[in-house]
Amino acid sequence: MTEKNYLTDDYRLVSWFTTTDHKRIAILYFATLIVFFFIGGAAATLIRLELATPGPDVVSADTYNRLFTMHGIIMVWFFLIPSIPNTLGNFIVPLMIGARDLAFPRLNLASWYLFVLGGCITLYAIFMGGVDTGWTLYTPFSTLYSNSYVSVAVTGIFIAGFSSILTGLNFIVTIHKLRAPGLTWYRLPLFIWTLYATSVILVLATPVLAITLVLLAMERLFGVGIFDPRIGGDPLLFQHLFWFYSHPAVYIMILPGMGVVNELIACYARKKIFGYKFVAWASLAIAAAGFLVWGHHMFVSGQSLTASLVFSFMSFIVAVPSAIKVFNWTATLHKGTIRFDAPMLYALAFVGLFTIGGLTGLFLACLAFDVYATDTYFVIAHFHYIMVGGMVTAYFGGLHYWWPKITGRMYPEYWARGAAILIFFGFNLTFFPQFILGAEGMPRRYHVYAPEFQVWNVLSSGGASILAVAYLLPMFYLGFSLFFGARAPANPWGATGLEWRTSSPPPRLNFDQQPVVTEDPYDYAHAPEPQHV
Amino acid sequence: MSDTPDIAEHLATRAQRDDVLELGMWTFLSTEVLLFGGLILSYFVYRHADPQAFLAAGRETRIVIGTINTALLLTSSFCVAAALQAAEQGERHATRALLGIAILLGLSFLGLKGLEYVEEYREYLVPGIDFARTGENAHGIELFFIFYFIATLLHGIHVACGIGVLAVFAALATATRASSRYVAGLRTAALYWHFVDLVWIFLFALIYLPGRNS
Repeated sequence: MTEKNYLTDDYRLVSWFTTTDHKRIAILYFATLIVFFFIGGAAATLIRLELATPGPDVVSADTYNRLFTMHGIIMVWFFLIPSIPNTLGNFIVPLMIGARDLAFPRLNLASWYLFVLGGCITLYAIFMGGVDTGWTLYTPFSTLYSNSYVSVAVTGIFIAGFSSILTGLNFIVTIHKLRAPGLTWYRLPLFIWTLYATSVILVLATPVLAITLVLLAMERLFGVGIFDPRIGGDPLLFQHLFWFYSHPAVYIMILPGMGVVNELIACYARKKIFGYKFVAWASLAIAAAGFLVWGHHMFVSGQSLTASLVFSFMSFIVAVPSAIKVFNWTATLHKGTIRFDAPMLYALAFVGLFTIGGLTGLFLACLAFDVYATDTYFVIAHFHYIMVGGMVTAYFGGLHYWWPKITGRMYPEYWARGAAILIFFGFNLTFFPQFILGAEGMPRRYHVYAPEFQVWNVLSSGGASILAVAYLLPMFYLGFSLFFGARAPANPWGATGLEWRTSSPPPRLNFDQQPVVTEDPYDYAHAPEPQHV
Repeated sequence: MSDTPDIAEHLATRAQRDDVLELGMWTFLSTEVLLFGGLILSYFVYRHADPQAFLAAGRETRIVIGTINTALLLTSSFCVAAALQAAEQGERHATRALLGIAILLGLSFLGLKGLEYVEEYREYLVPGIDFARTGENAHGIELFFIFYFIATLLHGIHVACGIGVLAVFAALATATRASSRYVAGLRTAALYWHFVDLVWIFLFALIYLPGRNS
């Protein structure tokens, strides 16, 4: 009989729904996010199906509007934003810093319930008939004209926002106050730094979205015209407030991915991360500068040229810390003992895809080019390279890397490598053609298009079907490994970091003895040998 | 490590527990600053766009009620600060009495606020429900009162939550066993109450004072 771990501590179902254990809450989030990922993915599948031909053959124009809105709302607020922070972060942060739990365990559980409540309300809006405004909910269409379930969906997003805030708050306090003895800031794994930066954004940006949605709902429900130009209100003010949240939210959706990739690259190159302090501070620099660039979503909105120039300049500034990270990752690889395990394949895919997404972001930060590319597929391709190519890839990478720790089982390595390669090819085939479509002028958010765009759209839809298979694969082999995978040792990858010093899966309070840290992070010169090759 | 009953099992020491509580509240308050900040920013955007209307609208507010309410809330904050002092010195009955006074002052604030809303309703100043103003400033006045109602309602919800929290601490003042935990909790609750007070000081200046110097 093996010792009890957090999974075998209590088998009753009620013990899961009343748990305050951060590891179990991470699993609750994980299960919830799978549901949302497939709902959002189903919408994307229908979109790509419709766009396989130029004409309107699968759905009507109105249904198409509701589909891409549903895809956006679900994927942004109910998958990407909570993805790495609330699953991997929830599970790993206390383990990485040698704590027994997050600072506020009950608040952590409350945040999951709020998330589920918000999600259910949003799903209700979607299944009652949906929302046709796009995920950006621009006024005055969303307040005065749209005959769809805007208020209900907005309520759901509002509630889910509080779940984000509570998670961010919990991480900030935990990282400040619950670190193990000897674990100074510069000994923290970089994943912790990125989640700290993410949490700052969650705590400071989300309330602005909350108040904006309150104003939107008040206008829609009581007709009080806050953004209504007829009484002197300004529809652009909505866009400013919305993007004040939603641009930093882009960094909520990429910083945790960067954090995961730091861990993976150092582990599978068997090297200390190059320029640790620069990478650490780059996360905070991205978070800080990310608050000052929201106007680049509004270059064609009629805001002043001065504002546009400043926002354009600031957007270029954000590229500096992002580039620091990419250069440091490649420098870490240099002369490393590289092993191409599945998590490393995901990490390398991340670096490449993020670089393409980031560089095309610089195109869009240029005023002249942005005017040309606004609302085209170029923009769609750009942010999917960041969010899907970047964040989702990192999410899968981290999931594989920590899978033995979370479940106590090894995943089948060759299946995992196959899925990683398939995701990389499927992703590029789906989204690279969209750069070309955008450059040729195909606008977003239409269900029909000119026939000359069909070749690229067929390639994109074909890529999407490969991507769909590639995303389904891990469901099967990871599910298989839960029951038939080999038992995982405490540290299968020979990785540094406190989370690998406890058993797999960890006991309920994480460590049998309070760990003490005496060395720098990523000390791979003195790390144990990998046990699984 | 957590053999003392007043510390949760994931924390090591009382000092750590108190630190965690206090930093948690400060972080939460930073969220609140941005929540009200977005609203106040919108107010300034529109005030900048139509300054005359906002001055005219400011003159329509009930400055007497607003001023009394400011005094009530500031006094309640003083009582909470004094209650914390008393709790730190172990004077539990004084703690409860001072918290009781603070709660009464908070309730009076809400009562007067309600009275103010009734008067504004009678004067057709409630946008979306019953608003009737004509003239060149009418639209601006409407915008002002939209923000007035949203901001004061949002603040009122915060006051009500604060009263609830203070009531819990008043009830526990003489019953609690783990006194260091009580003091840490009360310090955190007091932070929140002072913040609600501070928000009101900003709202007071933005709502009642425009247009009063002419």
